[in-house]
Amino acid sequence: MNLAVRDIRHNLSRFLLTAVGIGMLLMIVMGMGGIYRGLIDEATLLVEKIGSDLWVVQHATRGPFAEISRIPRNLEDRLRAVPGVRSARGFVTYSLQREYQGKPLRIQVQGLSWPEDKGEWLPIISGRHLGASHFEMVADKILGLQLGDVLTFGKNKYTVVGITSGMSSMAGDGLAFFSLLDSLDIQYDYSGEAIRLERKARRSRLFRQDIGNIQPGLLERAELPSASLPAIARPAVSAVLVELEPGASIASVVATLSGWTDISVFTRDQQEELLLRGVVDRARRQLGLFRAILLAISAIIMALIVYTMTLEKLHDIAMLKLVGARNSVILGLILQQALVLGILGYIIAFYAGKWVFPRFPRRVVINQDDLLMLALIVVVISVLSSALGIWKAMRVDPNEVVS
Amino acid sequence: MNGTMHAITAERLTKIYGAGNAQVVAMENVSFNLDAGEVVALLGPSGAGKSTLLTIVGLINTPTSGKLTIGSDLVADGPTPKVDLRAFRRQFIGYVLQKANLIPFLTAIENVQLALEINDVPRKPAKTRALELLEYLGVKHRIDNLPHMLSGGEQQRVAVARALANKPYLVLADEPTAALDSVRGRQVMELFRSVAHENGTTVLLATHDHRALDVFDRILKMEDGVLTSDNRTGEAHHTEST
Repeated sequence: MNLAVRDIRHNLSRFLLTAVGIGMLLMIVMGMGGIYRGLIDEATLLVEKIGSDLWVVQHATRGPFAEISRIPRNLEDRLRAVPGVRSARGFVTYSLQREYQGKPLRIQVQGLSWPEDKGEWLPIISGRHLGASHFEMVADKILGLQLGDVLTFGKNKYTVVGITSGMSSMAGDGLAFFSLLDSLDIQYDYSGEAIRLERKARRSRLFRQDIGNIQPGLLERAELPSASLPAIARPAVSAVLVELEPGASIASVVATLSGWTDISVFTRDQQEELLLRGVVDRARRQLGLFRAILLAISAIIMALIVYTMTLEKLHDIAMLKLVGARNSVILGLILQQALVLGILGYIIAFYAGKWVFPRFPRRVVINQDDLLMLALIVVVISVLSSALGIWKAMRVDPNEVVS
Repeated sequence: MNGTMHAITAERLTKIYGAGNAQVVAMENVSFNLDAGEVVALLGPSGAGKSTLLTIVGLINTPTSGKLTIGSDLVADGPTPKVDLRAFRRQFIGYVLQKANLIPFLTAIENVQLALEINDVPRKPAKTRALELLEYLGVKHRIDNLPHMLSGGEQQRVAVARALANKPYLVLADEPTAALDSVRGRQVMELFRSVAHENGTTVLLATHDHRALDVFDRILKMEDGVLTSDNRTGEAHHTEST
């Protein structure tokens, strides 16, 4: 006869309510783990999805995610000439915030090097990847945009042609993909007045120098658009992504590029390491510690619940001892209830989480390994939490029922 | 455990609680023999030591000194138990207390069945035996009811069934009729008598209730921790307790 099951059946509603409470607590533990995983996932998502072998960034920086990196776009041409390099393409990343339909819209802009990279690698759930070099964008669903939506950035309008899923930045902002030139246009958009003032200032600076007086033609050219001025650099990209020839040695290409004093180069693993050890490290550790504390709290609460449940049964336990029940019968009663409570709580946590977590504003990643680990921890907590109740039960004197 | 020996032999049982100045002598040099199938009443005022004697004979407590033999087994010699007390209780002793003390989350039949199952009786025979007992005690119609659904008398009859489930050698009852009216109280006393006589079970029953003393084969009286009289039905004799 299973006493644990019969006791649960007798106090079913109270037991279920307790299990729901434990379940909610475990759901938070599960959620913290999911947020922790989500943070790591978001941090490394782009690096993994883009899949380039090397990230070439501004010298002595850890860009483009950990800090700002600016390198000239023509670096692509130099890199293509390196033995072992199959392709090199510019990459731009920055965040912007605009008002859209009366609400703030935070976007992490990604500039893709058209036509080499049209975003075919993106996890598109509706629409398509970029099909033209200008005025198209692919947005993540987290941004709340719909196919066909038209957004104005700078002086141009951009149409949403594709929707991705699960593409968000370390800050949890949705990613939006533009052609590289469009992304630079958006980033370096100036008002007409700002441009006129800059041209005047340029002319004024030139006028004060000898060269301006000797070459008056230069004064006229100074008022042309920046792009027409050969002496002024084109807008810079954040990084250049390098893919190697099949069979090419990463180490030998890295060794070659290490000799270039205007850049720094990182492999994909190093770039991920920079993100995990640097950018999200504190948040990651904070979440990890918080999760550990939550687990400890869950264990304490479970122990108190099981202990209270045992206290309520002390008289019955004394009676069981009086009629000669073995310790294993009493131990089984408490331990099985603790295990049922823990397992039921875990199942409630799992299904409640399945419903709740997708509604969180940031990514919550629950993977199989974490679920298994938590299940194991719940079993251990259940056993440990019953220890206090078992200790109390073992000390009950059958005399108590006689007196 | 055959007919030639006593069912229970108590030799100079003494129980002292505490030590030094706080020492309390709850029972002193109590000796008696009980035979198989005897129904014995244990009388005495509150604090006389009845419950102490029951807990020692019932192997819930050990005496400070003295010997207790159940059947052929010396179970206690001073404070050191000579057998596994819990296992001995499980196999040979049944208890009925003032309150029925049924397990509240088990039905009537499960309460009886439990006593059998913890004594390693398989589930099916245990259920059959429990059913027989509850039928015999007149509560068969209540077998699937939880204790709180039963009247006091019904609860006590289920408790009696539980005590008898393993065909015990000895049934100890402490004020089992205190919570019952006189009619039901007498019914329970008569029940003990018939069970004892039919099965050869020895019944030792502590009570304040003097109305049903004719049911008993023998009456022991205690006062201030000392056995003051031991009367068999129809023949009164006095046993010195020291």
